[in-house]
Amino acid sequence: MSAPDAAGLDDATRAALAELLLSMADDELVLGYWDSEWTGIAPLLEEDVAFSSLAQDEIGHAQALYELLAGLTGEPADTIAYGREVGGYRQAALLDHARGDWAFSIARRFLYDTADAVRLDALAGSSYAPLAGLVTKMRREERYHLAHMHAWMVRLARGGDEPRRRLAAACELLWPDALTVLAPPTGERRLLDAGVLTGSFAACRQRWLEELAPLFEDLGLPFPFRRVDAGPGQPSPLEPTFPEPGPEGRTEHNDDFRWLWGELTSVYRSEPGATW
Amino acid sequence: MPATAMAELERGVWDALAEVPDPEIPVVSVVDLGIVGTVEASPERIRVALLPTFVGCPALEVIRRSVAERLAGMAPRVEVEPTFVEPWTSDRITPEGRRRLRESGFAPPGPQPADEPAGRPLFPTIAMRPEARCPFCGSRDTMLENPFGPTLCRAIFWCNACRQPFEQFKAV
Repeated sequence: MSAPDAAGLDDATRAALAELLLSMADDELVLGYWDSEWTGIAPLLEEDVAFSSLAQDEIGHAQALYELLAGLTGEPADTIAYGREVGGYRQAALLDHARGDWAFSIARRFLYDTADAVRLDALAGSSYAPLAGLVTKMRREERYHLAHMHAWMVRLARGGDEPRRRLAAACELLWPDALTVLAPPTGERRLLDAGVLTGSFAACRQRWLEELAPLFEDLGLPFPFRRVDAGPGQPSPLEPTFPEPGPEGRTEHNDDFRWLWGELTSVYRSEPGATW
Repeated sequence: MPATAMAELERGVWDALAEVPDPEIPVVSVVDLGIVGTVEASPERIRVALLPTFVGCPALEVIRRSVAERLAGMAPRVEVEPTFVEPWTSDRITPEGRRRLRESGFAPPGPQPADEPAGRPLFPTIAMRPEARCPFCGSRDTMLENPFGPTLCRAIFWCNACRQPFEQFKAV
């Protein structure tokens, strides 16, 4: 038995898959560009190398995801990546923020990497074989990112007053936007029914928060969630103590991203359709 | 075409591929790096699937072109395409590839950590002393300096015995 390929998906499922791939690719592309800004100015030489490498990994993941999308839509990957207006990008609000200071970059990356990891877990067994293979490969690379960011979270949280204060402030500010990474994708039901996605994003989010809760407690960092009673015999899920972010988390972008968009599309826009 | 002739054609393709160097570490061929996935050869068409070492490997297009150039003329149609359907792992590097890596100053990768199940812990730890033998003096008394190196596939180590930095091809 072979897994169904693109041709085996009905139109609605294919459209939902395309939207999911676009969101994931934009997440990785935008994060990769923010990472690349640390090249040359990171606080340590080793981190200059590390963030340059992280940037290359993420932009590489974005490229591979845009290629999968190109296989579904027929539009070239470069055009998808660079040929859209600001409003056409679908990265989560978490990725819109400029790099900020070092603690801010670490906090954002850690929140994103861990949310992305549970999302990748829900796709590694995808019935859409090209995606399952790519995700398996990405997971092996992301392992290094997760370990590195976890080490930095601990280092900053236990590194004295100033790093700890800056890290806590960044987490406080980023939590609401962090939830947008795992907001349920459009057409999620169809993706689940077709086995393209093997777990709902709501379940992904619970697992993510359950994993982060003890760490944030241990490090004494803000964790604005509380357990709500789901009825007798039911596990009590963690829900935010702040208002749940709305559906515009991937469609409305801020000034930081508008500036970045101008930078990252400038060469493409100077001569659209140029061949290299 | 009889099966033996087909097998011979295919062997010819593999032999030709064994002459294509990796652009970043030219002492190692693309075959010894394990990045040639499948080869299908018929008198009309040769298809080669390349398995990128890293998703964002910038050398991939260079490799694709040198493979296509080396095979040009062996069949009217030559197709070389990257694929992630079968993900590359550093375990695919052949013993000959590992020997050549060592000779050119790179520690070959240790065994690839097994793919974790979906419910894995989210914070893996990278051991400070993963398996890496100094390619210069052979000592196992080495330390990981940075899991990120000058290219995506390389990590930076330090040898406590001969006090030299060296690079390891990452275990992925």
